[in-house]
This record gives sequence, C-alpha cells and structure tokens, in this order.
Amino acid sequence: MKACALIAAALLFVVLSAQAAGEDNHLRVLAASCAACHGMDGNSVGGTPVLAGLDRSHFMLQMQSFRDGTRASSVMHHHAKGLTQQEIEQLADHFAAQPRGAAAPLMPLGNL
Amino acid sequence: MQRREFLKLLGAGTAIGAFPGAVRAASPAQGRVVVIGGGYAGATAAKYLRLWGGDDLEIILVEKNTTFISCPLSNLVLGGSKKIGDLTFNFSGLDRYRIKRLHEEVTAIDVEHREIVVGDGDKLGYDRLIIAPGIDFMWDKLPMLESAAAQEKVPHAWKAGPQTVNLRKQMEAMPNSGVFAISIPKAPYRCPPGPYERVSQVAFYLKHAKPNSRIIVLDANPEIVSKKDLFTKAWAELYPGMVDYRPNSQTVDVDVDSRSVKTEFETVKADVLNIIPQQQAGGPARMAGVANVDKRWCEVDFLSYESKVAPNVHIIGDSVSAALPKSAHMATSQAKVCASAIASLMRGVAFDPQPVFANTCYSFVSDRLAMHVANVYRYDPAKKIMVSADGGGVSDKPSEQEGNYAQYWAKNIWSDVLS
Repeated sequence: MKACALIAAALLFVVLSAQAAGEDNHLRVLAASCAACHGMDGNSVGGTPVLAGLDRSHFMLQMQSFRDGTRASSVMHHHAKGLTQQEIEQLADHFAAQPRGAAAPLMPLGNL
Repeated sequence: MQRREFLKLLGAGTAIGAFPGAVRAASPAQGRVVVIGGGYAGATAAKYLRLWGGDDLEIILVEKNTTFISCPLSNLVLGGSKKIGDLTFNFSGLDRYRIKRLHEEVTAIDVEHREIVVGDGDKLGYDRLIIAPGIDFMWDKLPMLESAAAQEKVPHAWKAGPQTVNLRKQMEAMPNSGVFAISIPKAPYRCPPGPYERVSQVAFYLKHAKPNSRIIVLDANPEIVSKKDLFTKAWAELYPGMVDYRPNSQTVDVDVDSRSVKTEFETVKADVLNIIPQQQAGGPARMAGVANVDKRWCEVDFLSYESKVAPNVHIIGDSVSAALPKSAHMATSQAKVCASAIASLMRGVAFDPQPVFANTCYSFVSDRLAMHVANVYRYDPAKKIMVSADGGGVSDKPSEQEGNYAQYWAKNIWSDVLS
C-alpha cells in the first residue's frame, strides 16, 4: 500500500512537472507569435513598439485599452480581444523579463 | 561547402538512436532533426529548435535554394515600389544557431527507415523530420503550362523570384489600352488575399503608366476569397473602370502562344496573361507519402504538426490540410508550435496541450495603402483543430498607417525567421 502511495506520488509529480512544462511551452509559443510584428523576444527591429523590458502594468493597461476600445488601434484590438486575461498577464510578465537587445533589421541582398 | 564534405562532417550513416522514453525534465534534447525547406516555416522551425531544444540537438536544414525570396511584398515588385532584391536574403543569419545547411534537392524520403536521400544518392538519417516544402502546382490540370518555355510566356509568379520579375517586364512592355488577364484558382491556395493584392498592384502600375488598359480577373471562386469588401471598394475608388472581376470563372484551357485563356463560359485573349495554377503540398511531402488528404494536403496533429500517417514526420506551413490561411505568419506560428513540441518530445517531457497563436496578414492596394486581417487561433480539444478566437477581423479601410505597419511586419518577420 505504501509502495502504491509512493508510486502515486511519483506519478503525480511527473504529471505536475509535465503540466508545468506544458504551460511554459504554451507561453513561449504564444509570445514568439508576436515576433512577426514586434521582433524576436519583443525586440522590434523597426517601426512597431519594443515589447522587451516593457513595464508589466503598462503592457496590461495597453492590452486592456485595446480590448475595451478606450485606446484606438488599427490592428491590436483584433489580437487583444482573442486572448484570455491570464494570457495577457503571462505575456506582460514574459515581455517585462526580456532584456532589450540591439537587434538590427536583416539586410536584403539588393541590386537584383 | 560541397555535399560530400558536408555529409562527412555530419558523420552520415551513423544514425543517432531515438530519444530515451523516460521522463527526464532536466536532460538536454539529443538526436538529429532534419528540416526540409528553408522558407518561412522551415527556417523558423530550425532556429526555434535550437532556442528551445538546447545545444545538444543536431539540426540540419536542407534547402535547394541558396537565397530566400519573400513572397510577402513580392506583389509590390509588380506595382513598382519594390525590387526583387529588396526581398532577397541569404541564410547566413542562421549560422549562429549552429544549423547545418545543405543546399541540395531531396530526391527520396524513407519514413520506414527514417532517412532521406539528397542529391545523387547520399543518405541522411533522422530522429525527427520536419517537412516544410511550401506548395507545388498541379500541372496535370493545365499541362500546357508545365514547361519552362510556357511559363516564360505565361508566368504564375506565385513563388517569388525570376517569374515575378518576368511578369513585371511583360507589364512594362504591354501596350496602352492593353489587357492584363489573371486567373485565380479555387481555394485553398497559398495566400488567400494575394491574388487580389496582385490585381491592385497591377492596377496601380497601369493607372499611372498605361491608363487605358484593363484588368480581367477570372476567379474560379464564387467571390473574392479574402478581404472582399475592402478590395471591392479599393478597386472602385482607386482604379475606377479598370478592374473587370468575373467570379465562377475557372480556367480549363490555355493557349500559350496567343496568351488566350478559356473558362467554361468564354475565351479571353490577353496582352499579359498571369495564370495562378491550382496548388498542392510541396514535392517532399508527397514524396514522403504524407499528403494523405485527397493526395493533395497533409493531415497533422495540431499539437505537434506530426503527420497522421507517418510517425516522427512533421509537416508545417502551406502543405498542411487545415481551415487556416496559408500565410507566412501562419507558417511561422505552426513552425514554433512544432519546434516547441519536438524540443519537448526529444527531452521526454509533455508538450503544450492547447497551443494559441496569432496571424496577421497585410495586403497593399497601392504603393502605400494597406489593410490587414488579424486573428488569434486557439486549439479546440473537442474538435482537435485550431479555431479562430473571437475578436479577430479586418481593417475598416486601407490606410498609409497600415502601409507602414505592413513594412514593419516584413522587417520584423524577416529578422525573426532568418537571423
């Protein structure tokens, strides 16, 4: 019986670890999906706001404003409304933790 | 680098065993992942596998071309506000992720023995294979267009590159009061709004250079597939009287020499003829036997993009069978889900049971005005597919601000994919 309990505890640990890993994976893919416009790890290489190192509460406020329409936007309301409150909080934490990098745009080969 | 030298470096033939089944959260991912195709999907998958899979993973990218030419923004080459060189990059930015590149054609894929054949016969084993081949054209539907000579005269220009430049040159050589005809295939095809953006770009050029010309749009679909109201309004306002849109007009025959196109209802003769053929999963996907939906598209598990018919083989990008737009941003999002899942699988840990990602796609209706469609997509565990979340949608109208955003999008996604 004791052995069963131990095995059960071990299995639970494995399941919980797996779940935690799953959640991290969830966030890393979602956050990376913002890179098309906001650059890798939120370090925009041109035009769009840099999200890396952005204050957590500022990020949350902007996303909330896009959602409820108090901040006018052309595109961001379509994204903000599709995310859950929890995802917005996780993204705020994620981008706040990213160091601001000196990323540069990729240079095209040109002259073709 | 020559192939044989490259393969020697890899230690070809010494297939590395599959990852151990035990759950070892702290262990690095080990083994070899081969990625076929270095477009938006494949290059992203290779890069993010390194970021998320750790240093011990061996990552090999097999791409026949030595340059990356972006399809997004390539319609602007037709309009004249971009040159093809502005959209052309090399792959050297990926070197810092220790991705071994092999610029060779894949000639065979053996999913049973987990190996591919490149060039004239060298074998390359894998633990997991990612196939990101983009689209191929269904020439059996229009065999008269299959030859290079025929495409010189009637280009598709649906893979950015020499054909894009060729089509632009034909437009420049076109007489004023000429006819530009474009044939659009039934959906699904690569880039749903792309053909209509192309019409807009051709109109932008003709309005300024050959204002008496007309564009005849032969669309096999019953209506404009994407951003319908926005395109319809933009054509009426920006290019009045120039665009003659004909729905339900599927191309059934083409006379290459006279640049004539025949639908079920009529024959249209053009000065410049652009036929976008019907499309299917790229060659390597069909070669691997993973194009199991109508022998055309690939059915995958949307949690890992693993094939439903071949274990350890993953398919991402335009070849996937899905009610998802075949866009560049979508390809990169799929690549990231796939890379994240493979990194987890090769460590023996669980992967995300409910992925969420975004897609943003801009279309230019002139040199500076653009509009978007944007959605968040969320995995639905009951349906086992990605579904569009509430709140997505399109622009109210095209604007210069969104034209700028579209350029920023391109700069950022290029950098994310290739450096």
